[in-house]
Amino acid sequence: MQWDSLSAFWDMGGAAAFVWGSYGVTFALVALEFFLVRRRRLDTVRRLLRWRRAVGKEKKERAA
Amino acid sequence: MIAAERAPRASLFRFAAPQAFYPLAGRLAPWFAAAALLLTLAGMWLGFFVAPTDATQGEVYRVIFIHVPAAWMSMFIYLVMAFWSAVGLVMNTRLSFVMSQALAPTGAMFCFVALWTGALWGRPTWGAYWVWDARLTSQLLLLFLYLGFIALTRAIEDPRRADRAGAMIALVGAVNVPIIYFSVKWWNTLHQGASVSLTKAPSMASTMLAGMLVMAFAAWAYTLAVTLWRVRPMILERERHTEWVGAVLEAEGAKAGGGR
Repeated sequence: MQWDSLSAFWDMGGAAAFVWGSYGVTFALVALEFFLVRRRRLDTVRRLLRWRRAVGKEKKERAA
Repeated sequence: MIAAERAPRASLFRFAAPQAFYPLAGRLAPWFAAAALLLTLAGMWLGFFVAPTDATQGEVYRVIFIHVPAAWMSMFIYLVMAFWSAVGLVMNTRLSFVMSQALAPTGAMFCFVALWTGALWGRPTWGAYWVWDARLTSQLLLLFLYLGFIALTRAIEDPRRADRAGAMIALVGAVNVPIIYFSVKWWNTLHQGASVSLTKAPSMASTMLAGMLVMAFAAWAYTLAVTLWRVRPMILERERHTEWVGAVLEAEGAKAGGGR
């Protein structure tokens, strides 16, 4: 174990801002990307379903 | 015909068809995501609790467990994009172009992370967040190549033209990747040389190296997971006129309560 206490761990030998600034931004971006990819999937499925139903209706109307 | 009655030959090329690749991607992605999570936890544990304090830099060096894997990944993803672009241009397989477009945002993310963590590491060790040395400048160019690729492929309406334009950027820009990699050898840079190389023993403690490699594998698994998840809706979009996408959409819609 490298650390005497929890506060020593958070302090990172005085480099807390640089170390945690690196890890914090990285994990925030990873979480953001994960969220955006998920939302894009839901949006695409919803939009394509609407499009599909609109096209289907048009075809039926033309046939009638 | 007798040949047609035989079971289809088990071949990896089968998955070049979007219809076969779509469900495969959906099945594989959660496993890569789980692997990424476990590897990240293991890598962080090695990086913060096993790897010793650096003799010259103290604790700030622990940025390395993010910085180096992110930088490797940003270069590697660009090469994979160039590879898929070349395959797409030569074999005229449309899924290849979609693959390279699905990789780009993750590559750009890792490229930014490499620059950001580099800046935060540079300030306490070099006294500057940024210097215009060859390594940093070529890595910044890589970020612009990623952003240019993304902007161009999204700006062009016709997917076939967008695919080709993007493939050109990916292939021409790939020249920059060896420039980044060898910049610390070819020019006199403030950035240090490679800590890990295939030809000589690594210049770091083995636990530090282990942490870095585990984090690199985590980044790799994460990239696979998020790219497979991103490529799926892109495939649906491109193949929306086909029967199989119709069936997938209706099934998804039923699951989501009518899809309204």
